[in-house]
Amino acid sequence: MRIGVLAVQGAFAEHSAKVCQLGAEAVEIRKRHDIQTELDGLILPGGESTAMRKLLTELDLLEPLKEMIQNGLPVFGTCAGMILLAKEISGGGTPCFGTLDISVHRNAYGRQLGSFRCVDIFAGKEIEMPFIRAPYATNVRDNVTVLASHDNRIVAVRQDNQLATAFHPELTEDFTVYEYFFQTIAKRLRK
Amino acid sequence: MEERYQLNKELAQMLKGGVIMDVTTPEQAVIAQEAGACAVMALERIPADIRAAGGVSRMSDPAMIRSIQEAVTIPVMAKCRIGHFVEAQILEAIEIDYIDESEVLSPADDVFHVDKRKFKVPFVCGARDLGEALRRIAEGASMIRTKGEPGTGDIVQAVRHMRMMNTQIRHAVSLSEDELYEEAKKLQVPYELLKQVHDTGRLPVVNFAAGGVATPADAALMMQLGAEGVFVGSGIFKSGDPVKRASAIVQAVTNYNDAKLIAELSSGLGEAMVGINESEIKLIMEERGK
Repeated sequence: MRIGVLAVQGAFAEHSAKVCQLGAEAVEIRKRHDIQTELDGLILPGGESTAMRKLLTELDLLEPLKEMIQNGLPVFGTCAGMILLAKEISGGGTPCFGTLDISVHRNAYGRQLGSFRCVDIFAGKEIEMPFIRAPYATNVRDNVTVLASHDNRIVAVRQDNQLATAFHPELTEDFTVYEYFFQTIAKRLRK
Repeated sequence: MEERYQLNKELAQMLKGGVIMDVTTPEQAVIAQEAGACAVMALERIPADIRAAGGVSRMSDPAMIRSIQEAVTIPVMAKCRIGHFVEAQILEAIEIDYIDESEVLSPADDVFHVDKRKFKVPFVCGARDLGEALRRIAEGASMIRTKGEPGTGDIVQAVRHMRMMNTQIRHAVSLSEDELYEEAKKLQVPYELLKQVHDTGRLPVVNFAAGGVATPADAALMMQLGAEGVFVGSGIFKSGDPVKRASAIVQAVTNYNDAKLIAELSSGLGEAMVGINESEIKLIMEERGK
């Protein structure tokens, strides 16, 4: 299994390490040339979404990746990655891929002093969730499944091939969210 | 507190592969954000102007820092003087995202640094070698940067500091466990931190390059030497075309191994900041706070 990890900015190395620990191959994507190989999945890491959107545009990656997502490539966004996928950013801001039918509230918990860790339920299982200057989802449409909420805020969602979390599973020892993502990929490969 | 420190180290992880830019006004902050900065450093005067003005240089006006916080969504950092824990308390009170206890400002204490473990907000500190880096981490810094020589546009010191750090890390890795005690004594650092470096082959926190970065090539040079991201101070807003230069440096940091792309990015950038050589300056900021 070959997973592309967007590596234009942010905590992509942490995701690559997780992917490798699960026995898959991680391909870091920094430019157009890097997506010429066949990919089975795509991870959009945490970092700064404005910086990533700028780089995606300048490096001619935005349109081809968007097309791949629209054609069903399984994609998993964490934190900034969730913002990149969202159709709408409340309080303004230009959407990036805009393929996921949610609004996101950016820096929803405030500045760094508002960052926190908690344990809560993701798809029926308790896992650790680090939130770092994190967003949360609002205005989730009917075609989107809520996979996790914390304090009545939506923090993990899925819509067909798209999975997004406001927290950072790559910063924990737990593999639950990755296994969930890998199942989506396996299902698609079987078809 | 342990959990808070962990979260603070993790915010630095989110900044990796990015460029942190010095800005003096909300307008510059917006330009920086639009150019792809992953954070901004809010300060009244950029290092080149601090150098030119002379005198004592202090923490910036909190009102000015606030106006920058309101202007952008990316993290905002600000500097306090070395050892000036009240300036740090003020920055924490206005909910800054990262405090830079910085040698660019005039030191407030010539012996002690701020006890950073007492704070909830994260700190980044400058270091010229492994010893300085681990001492700052022991005090509670959750991110390290090279000192370089700020406000000069001369990359030589940042290169020297990064190379020194790398050499010393490789050396620490090569030592046997019983030799680490003596090495910790020599470096004047806690054994446990040195042991972590020995085991992992890297600093326990994210390490950026800073001081003297003026061109996309400078930024890529620091990345190839092992920096995990870059601070650009005077280099952007002291140059002929800040917008173009800022976005070129951002792209060079992402694709730091792609010489063809960096060649393109370096073309027609207009005038770089003039710069001063190490031998021409009287005030050596890197000597502050060891």
